[in-house]
Amino acid sequence: MELKTVQTRHVPVRYLEGGFGPDLVFLHGAGGITAEDPFVNALAAKFHVYAPLIPGFGDSEECPEIRDMLDFTLHSWDVVEALGLKDPVLVGHSMGGMIAAEMAAIAPNDLTRLALIGPPGLWDDDHPIVDFFTLMPFEMPQYLFHDPAAGAAMMSSGRSMEDPGFLQAYLVTNARQLGMAGRILFPIPERGLAQRLYRIKAKTVVIWGDSDRFVPPFYAHGFKKGIKGAELVSIPEAGHMVTLEKTAQVVDAIVRLG
Amino acid sequence: MKFTWFNLMPWPYLPDDFREKNRSVWVDIDQKLFDPAKSHEVYNTYMDLLEYADTLGFDGVGVNEHHQNGYGIMPSPNIIAAGLARRTKDAAIVVLGNSIALYNPPVRVAEEFAMLDCISGGRLVAGFPVGTSMDTNYCYGQIPSLTREKYQEAHDLIIKAWTTREPFAFNGRYNKLRHVNIWPRPIQQPRPPVHIPGGGSVETYDFCIDNTYSYSYLSFSGYLRAQALMNGYWKQVEERGVDKSPYRAGFAQTILVADTDEEAERLYSEHVSYFYNRCLHVYPGFADAPGYRTIKTIQTGALSQYAPPRGGYAELTWKDLVEGGHVIAGSPETVRQRMEDLIKGLNVGNIFCLMHVGNMPADKCMYSTKLFAEKVMPKLRDMFPDWADDNRFWTTPLDKRVTAGRLPKEAPTGAELARTYA
Repeated sequence: MELKTVQTRHVPVRYLEGGFGPDLVFLHGAGGITAEDPFVNALAAKFHVYAPLIPGFGDSEECPEIRDMLDFTLHSWDVVEALGLKDPVLVGHSMGGMIAAEMAAIAPNDLTRLALIGPPGLWDDDHPIVDFFTLMPFEMPQYLFHDPAAGAAMMSSGRSMEDPGFLQAYLVTNARQLGMAGRILFPIPERGLAQRLYRIKAKTVVIWGDSDRFVPPFYAHGFKKGIKGAELVSIPEAGHMVTLEKTAQVVDAIVRLG
Repeated sequence: MKFTWFNLMPWPYLPDDFREKNRSVWVDIDQKLFDPAKSHEVYNTYMDLLEYADTLGFDGVGVNEHHQNGYGIMPSPNIIAAGLARRTKDAAIVVLGNSIALYNPPVRVAEEFAMLDCISGGRLVAGFPVGTSMDTNYCYGQIPSLTREKYQEAHDLIIKAWTTREPFAFNGRYNKLRHVNIWPRPIQQPRPPVHIPGGGSVETYDFCIDNTYSYSYLSFSGYLRAQALMNGYWKQVEERGVDKSPYRAGFAQTILVADTDEEAERLYSEHVSYFYNRCLHVYPGFADAPGYRTIKTIQTGALSQYAPPRGGYAELTWKDLVEGGHVIAGSPETVRQRMEDLIKGLNVGNIFCLMHVGNMPADKCMYSTKLFAEKVMPKLRDMFPDWADDNRFWTTPLDKRVTAGRLPKEAPTGAELARTYA
């Protein structure tokens, strides 16, 4: 994947591009994305993938003008427009799935294929989504992965939290990325999507890891019920990071959208 | 010098095994640990102590705002301040402060502060903290990376409400108000003095300098650890080319006085331990919501004041805390020397004296407070003779003020009224 820049109304946007096939836009989750991400690379084997970074993620410029859900949604459409794409396959994981669902709801006639992977955006008091803003880094894997030990190894990749330089870089990255994500996810990741889901016309697949302890599979049914004709693909032995734990199965489900 | 007697109002009944059994004193502290019936005496004792400080000649009495917090049972400092405005005579009422990003709309703060200023006869010092991440983000649900923008707007609205003499419309991002016209407005003109509590956010330095506000560093780690941060502030003051009046800065310090150094340890060490071990037991996940602090601040290396030193405070003994300067304690002469070091070292004119600590009972607190007022404070009064007339950061009360309880004991008779209004 190649890291490039495209200008939008408010801010230059960094995006990953690669692969051959139908155009596909992938919106990443609150953890961000890198060119080495196994999931986008697997997607690139089947699609021409564009994966824009939310402003403030990675090395991209922050954008103070993007404050609320509508701003995120319209900005993401601005990016699609700036990339010169018409009706790409739209895929979003976690926070990216929440944004993708909003995009599909606000412009139902501009989108025919939609894949939502473990998105937040709905809320039920009896099934709380974990308050991940308060989690310590070492606590994350048990919520994100079906196999926390393997997940921890994937997340840390040899870095040390003891090194002050690393800690400061980590804090800065967190403040930038999760600070931005917090505008639509803090303190409860719900911004009224439930009352807009009915507008979605795209053929939709909702993909969920059965052992998702981050956004419980309970919500998969909420999306399936709310979006007319949506198909639900439940994947066993996978957590919230189903994209890393069962990469091929997720890609297959997206390919089936046609 | 301005000495403000400050009470955080800790809950004094946290159990011995609090740390072991609870993850945090703040945000999700166990409801069962609060006993409303016991709080009746706790609140009244704490308010009595604040009133006592006024009788001893402290320049101010201080209160602050925390939510869902075992060491600060004052979610509304204005309620305590209202009691103090009635029951104290001369001390400034230092509300340090109201977390203005939390009020909807923030004209509520402009109004309540105006009421406090009117009731107290112009004795209000108004504090505008951004608020800690625990209070602002985790308890009151504000979005971390938008908190400062909302704070800024609240500030602009409050100042405009105080200083504008006709109704105005305010079209903010977070506040849309067609008719802003606060009634009452403050006695002090053009506005009450403003203090900004900060914890090392560099943007706050400029904000204080730009508006002639006093910067207050409210730390529990003492003056030795504060040196680097305050040096940063004074460097910025110098670079901006404004005067270096010590009243541009305030500092909070735990102070405990006894006849001798040994007596201080004997009397106060258990209460200091209670505060530093139990009260400061905050779950680190609540200390700093991502986006709450600015990138610039993180990059200056100012890690959160609530992150305990490696190993935790539990390992700190009385000796560690006193030698490390977290606590200034000992005989009047010991305390005087160390206070002098603090005041000169940090160049601060406003001292927020944390003279009640942890689960300290009232008798010990009165003893320590009286010794400080009589044997220490007078010797520190004239530390900054060059700035004796600088009143930009302190109150300007009415010359003639009434006190509470001035009504005659008995209601007049009809005949008396007839004579009065003949």
